[in-house]
Amino acid sequence: MALSQSEVLAGLAEIVNEETGIATEAVQLDKSFTDDLDIDSISMMTIVVNAEDKFGVKIPDEEVKNLITVGDAVNFITAAQG
Amino acid sequence: MSSKIVVTGVGATTPLGGDVQSTWRALLAGESGITTIDKEWVAQYELPVTFAGQAKVPASEVLTPQEAKRLDPSSQFALIAAREAWADAGSPEVAPERLAVEYATGIGGVWTLLDAFETLKERGPRRVLPMTIPMLMPNGPAAAIGMDIAARGGVRTAVSACASSTEAIANAITRLQSGEIDVVVAGGCESGIHPLPLAAFAAMHALSRNNDNPAAASRPYDTARDGFVMGEGAGAMVLETEEHALARGAKIYAELVGGSVTSDAHHITAPDPEGTGAARAVLAALEQAGAKIEDVVHINAHATSTPVGDIAEYTALRRVFGDHLDKIAVSATKSSTGHLLGGAGAIEAIFTVLALHERTAPPTINLDNQDPAIPLDVVVSPRKLPDGPILAISNSFGFGGHNAVVAFRSYN
Repeated sequence: MALSQSEVLAGLAEIVNEETGIATEAVQLDKSFTDDLDIDSISMMTIVVNAEDKFGVKIPDEEVKNLITVGDAVNFITAAQG
Repeated sequence: MSSKIVVTGVGATTPLGGDVQSTWRALLAGESGITTIDKEWVAQYELPVTFAGQAKVPASEVLTPQEAKRLDPSSQFALIAAREAWADAGSPEVAPERLAVEYATGIGGVWTLLDAFETLKERGPRRVLPMTIPMLMPNGPAAAIGMDIAARGGVRTAVSACASSTEAIANAITRLQSGEIDVVVAGGCESGIHPLPLAAFAAMHALSRNNDNPAAASRPYDTARDGFVMGEGAGAMVLETEEHALARGAKIYAELVGGSVTSDAHHITAPDPEGTGAARAVLAALEQAGAKIEDVVHINAHATSTPVGDIAEYTALRRVFGDHLDKIAVSATKSSTGHLLGGAGAIEAIFTVLALHERTAPPTINLDNQDPAIPLDVVVSPRKLPDGPILAISNSFGFGGHNAVVAFRSYN
């Protein structure tokens, strides 16, 4: 069964925390991965791969550049669970 | 210009302790850092050698998970040692452009490389971590230190197997004497206690197989020595020009007075049995120091506990020092720490510096029956060194025929 948006956000926040040490509460839908959370491209790729594993979705490389905010990623994952 | 170079900070994480003081105390107490490896892969691969000198304090207990995640274990050890050395030196204020790093490894990020290959085979290329290359590259430890202390005067990595970190310290001399650099963090690290290097070193019959008694396995100069014992960890020292150190009122452990590198061009792994290249390295370091052979009171020997290597080093030392060798207190500290490969020279340089600073040569353990072919005055319990200006050297030799020697003088 597909996860809700808030469940995806919570799961993604855990992945971000594990990779970067950023507190899970700081990972909010309106936050930019690069500008607000200071996540570099190398950490971003690790987060993407871990999110694919966790949520059972595929996030194509060409899609990653469109995932500016945490909300973008949550929406993509939620939709991809379809 | 030519300036005196002094040691103002030391840091280490070793099989004996997580820092310099705990390591030095354990060394003086005659402890062994060699233990059985409690990992499932020892049995899984039926390794012929089941023990090593494992870091007393795991890096994961010191670094944050996020720091550790982006660093190969070798770089983790390096960062821990460098931070201790830097803090010990009083975190010198120095222009980043006048601060350099000379930091070595023997093998590089072997854990990262081989783990990544397992991931590739089992889970495909997309699951290979994007940090794999910067983690496995041999300059990774030097770069990690350079970023941590904002060194912009050049970050370099000597790679010469077990001579690596002594070569790195020797390389720091030319940087500091160039007048372009005021402070260098120098040393080396290794994290090679992985089934592949263990199997490979065992395949060349370089390792002791004393699986039943690991603490007695590393026994330089003893008739029952049967190979070296792998160790892991790191050492780092802060080196700076005397003017710079005095201007900031730094404490000074010792003076780095010489560093020399030669090569045998004899055999890829076997030492030159005549010890010619090793002898030239010792002589060149003493010449650089402006010292006479009679000035040397203490040697931290390479002495890995291999049957051939210990004799070759003795031959080289006799060639250099002649009868004076009988008056030199020789310590073979790998008997306690095991052989840290690319980190060995760094921790042994620290032991040499502390021996001068505290006027105490550290003991060599497990010397039950000294090989009659190696008539050295081996220190078996902590020994007081003479008062007044004294000089000591630390030797490191590596596969490839690398010989590296550094010389330190007491500082008053």
